[in-house]
Amino acid sequence: MEKDVLLTMRDISKTFPGVKALQHVDFTLRRGEIHALMGENGAGKSTLIKVLTGVYEFDSGVVRMAGNDTPIVNHSPQDAQKAGISTVYQEVNLCPNLSVAENLFIGREPRKVGMIDWKTMNRKSAELLAELDIDVAATMKLEEVSLANQQMIAIARAVDMECQVLILDEPTSSLDDDEVAKLFKLMNRLKDKGVGIIFVTHFLEQVYAVCDRITVLRNGELVGEYQVKDLPRVMLVAKMMGKDFDDLADIKSAHEGKGLGEKIPVIEAEGISHKGTIKPFNITINKGEVIGLSGLLGSGRSELVRAIYGADKAESGTLKVNGKEAKINSPIDAMKLGMAYLPEDRKKDGILADLSVRENIIIAMQAKRGMFKPMSRKEMEEAADKYIEMLQIKTASRETPIKSLSGGNQQKVIIGRWLLTNPEYLILDEPTRGIDIGTKTEIQKLVLDLADQGMAVTFISSEVEEMLRTCSRMAILRDGKKVGEIEGAEMTQEGVMNAIAGAGGDEKHEE
Amino acid sequence: MQLQELEVTRNMKNKFDIRKITGMRLFMPIVCLLAVLLINVITTPGFFKVTLNNGVLYGYVVDVINRASELVILAVGMTLVTAASGGQDISVGATMAVAGAVCCQILSGGQVTTNTFENPLILAMLAAIVVAGICGAFNGFLVAKLNIQPMVATLILYTAGRGIAQLITKGQITYVRVDAYKVFGGYFGKCPIPTPIFIAILFVIIVYIVLKKTALGLYIESVGINGTASRLVGLNSTMIKFLTYVICGVLAGVAGLVASSRIYSADANNIGLNLEMDAILAVALGGNVLGGGKFSLMGSVIGAYTIQALTTTLYAMNVSADQLPVYKAIVVIIIVTLQSPVFKKFMANQKAKRAASKAVAEGGNQS
Repeated sequence: MEKDVLLTMRDISKTFPGVKALQHVDFTLRRGEIHALMGENGAGKSTLIKVLTGVYEFDSGVVRMAGNDTPIVNHSPQDAQKAGISTVYQEVNLCPNLSVAENLFIGREPRKVGMIDWKTMNRKSAELLAELDIDVAATMKLEEVSLANQQMIAIARAVDMECQVLILDEPTSSLDDDEVAKLFKLMNRLKDKGVGIIFVTHFLEQVYAVCDRITVLRNGELVGEYQVKDLPRVMLVAKMMGKDFDDLADIKSAHEGKGLGEKIPVIEAEGISHKGTIKPFNITINKGEVIGLSGLLGSGRSELVRAIYGADKAESGTLKVNGKEAKINSPIDAMKLGMAYLPEDRKKDGILADLSVRENIIIAMQAKRGMFKPMSRKEMEEAADKYIEMLQIKTASRETPIKSLSGGNQQKVIIGRWLLTNPEYLILDEPTRGIDIGTKTEIQKLVLDLADQGMAVTFISSEVEEMLRTCSRMAILRDGKKVGEIEGAEMTQEGVMNAIAGAGGDEKHEE
Repeated sequence: MQLQELEVTRNMKNKFDIRKITGMRLFMPIVCLLAVLLINVITTPGFFKVTLNNGVLYGYVVDVINRASELVILAVGMTLVTAASGGQDISVGATMAVAGAVCCQILSGGQVTTNTFENPLILAMLAAIVVAGICGAFNGFLVAKLNIQPMVATLILYTAGRGIAQLITKGQITYVRVDAYKVFGGYFGKCPIPTPIFIAILFVIIVYIVLKKTALGLYIESVGINGTASRLVGLNSTMIKFLTYVICGVLAGVAGLVASSRIYSADANNIGLNLEMDAILAVALGGNVLGGGKFSLMGSVIGAYTIQALTTTLYAMNVSADQLPVYKAIVVIIIVTLQSPVFKKFMANQKAKRAASKAVAEGGNQS
């Protein structure tokens, strides 16, 4: 074995009731490398991380750290931290109402005569931030800092605790390109310092941009460890999915030309706005059409659909649904008009964590039918089973709480929830975020199928490539304003980028 | 496929069957009730003895079930409020007093004491329940519409409620010395079983049926778990929370009538005194999370009977009324600890360790 090995995990197994989450998995991390952990949803990435950091205890196997003769067993994240293993999660686990410095030193504040030494704390924080080139004042409140910087602060905190192993669990899924670049710079600097970084992500490009090595898991088993330079993208995808990968290339071509001849508008919005988030906009969405909304984070793409759906009440303008003027005060009004909305933040706005898969699927339909027309047990079970099968939701049973499903499967449940209401207009806001590539393709295909059946769909995604593959028309937003629409020949990566950037192309640097 | 696997392992290992029983939601509440009853049998040998005296049933058990009636009714309302809003209604005791005062005052026609109904009984009772419902609606408005924390919102009526009841009865204790009024807290015709028991069971069944026959139960859980997500799937979170407070108020009104009928008077200072705390406790003992979300109505009902059994036991052991809270607190600490997630995890870990030391090839299944 190489001498710069930092961490080895050997023959790790972990079983949950009814699911073998990890089976005899090996993992090796070396000093000063960025190591991507790849796999589809449910492949066991999160479980492996959680086993390493002591969130779960593993059933069998050995974990060793360099400089430690005995195998280590972490019983809690605190144990792991003591052993030099820190984790930064997808959702920032910091306190938004405390200052940056407080967040950096929480739980280990420098003290003077038993009291917190604010001066030292702020000074040390400023030093740390400067060292890592994070452009934030130590005394700022965390909530005033952009999401990307929050992410960096979380990393700074981990780094300052003298970690040797830094785990980044999907740190980039809510960042835009510039922010990602900044994060990568930070990762490279840490790498030069000899920190071993485990990087969990779904973005292939990022793996190739920053990583040295890749470990691929599939269905809780180890597929292999590879040098990035030896493994072309297509191969990686094939390893993750366990099959030759053919259908990602051009799923759209099969659907080309199937579109409806004439355009029947389902949604016609005129001058709709919501104060502070979206300026008045016009948009028409036709039957059988997938329209994409593109723009940078914070450009108002989510706010636009929220105003249509009534999640935020529109303050001006008129909305016509199927040619008739509609008054929408709350989501239920929109639902009754045949709309469905899959929200951007699955955890916060989507799932009902403690309820079962069955209840999560039927809840929208039940709400639509009203309180006094409850669905019978049989109806509910049939509906749940139908969508579990149709969307191939991986769950132990339909009565399993949704929170114990993997992210991609939770998302499928939410999609099932809306399909059950048989909508005419389906809004999907980032339906594939944080989801593995296989499920991603499934969802994209599903969207095109639904459009073929005459459903009007609005598709929002941060990945332009994904939108180009699914959408027939795209609306571009910038700074809370709809700035244009593109279709046909203009719909290329470059065309979209140009439209988003606008004439000057300088707005891109704003958050 | 995975499901089948699970099924097979279940059949293979007897251990899993025990798990299935101990894992049931009502398991701990029932164990606690049985434990309290066991203590009863040991300390009071004649605890389960029931005799027929003067045509009515006598005995500790009857007494426990009878006395628990108001608590059971309150606990049902408290469960719904807790599940939907993640907070508790601490004004239910005061609401009981208000309901009692309204009812007695109407029946006595404003006099301090009466031997005949001055107004129809049904009118007085309906008025009392409507007023209690208004109290609930007031709480609901503060919590659901104005987003005030439930504890703070209901603190208003908790403090003001008894004053309002005093205002209604003009500072007097209004007596209604009519046999027909004593029925609800006493006995009905020749029936040997106390009426409150029937009333409690009736209202538990009514609420249970309402939850089963409408989607309200699911709505309440959904709103309690995630209000934003619930709104986006078309639920009116505000309305549902409001509704639970109204139901809670109405049920407090019913409990207030039973309590008032027992003493055939409206004693604003004593009806339902400290009962709100017992009701909250009943919800907790029933294995419900006080932070809202999924709930078990039956758990709370069992919790209510457990608390009453405990109180009666302590009385039977000649513990004086002023020392009672101390002993009650001790038992409650034990019961709540047994049900806490930390303790459950500790037990599971102990079990896992024992299993590991036995060197089982496959095990260490954490719950």
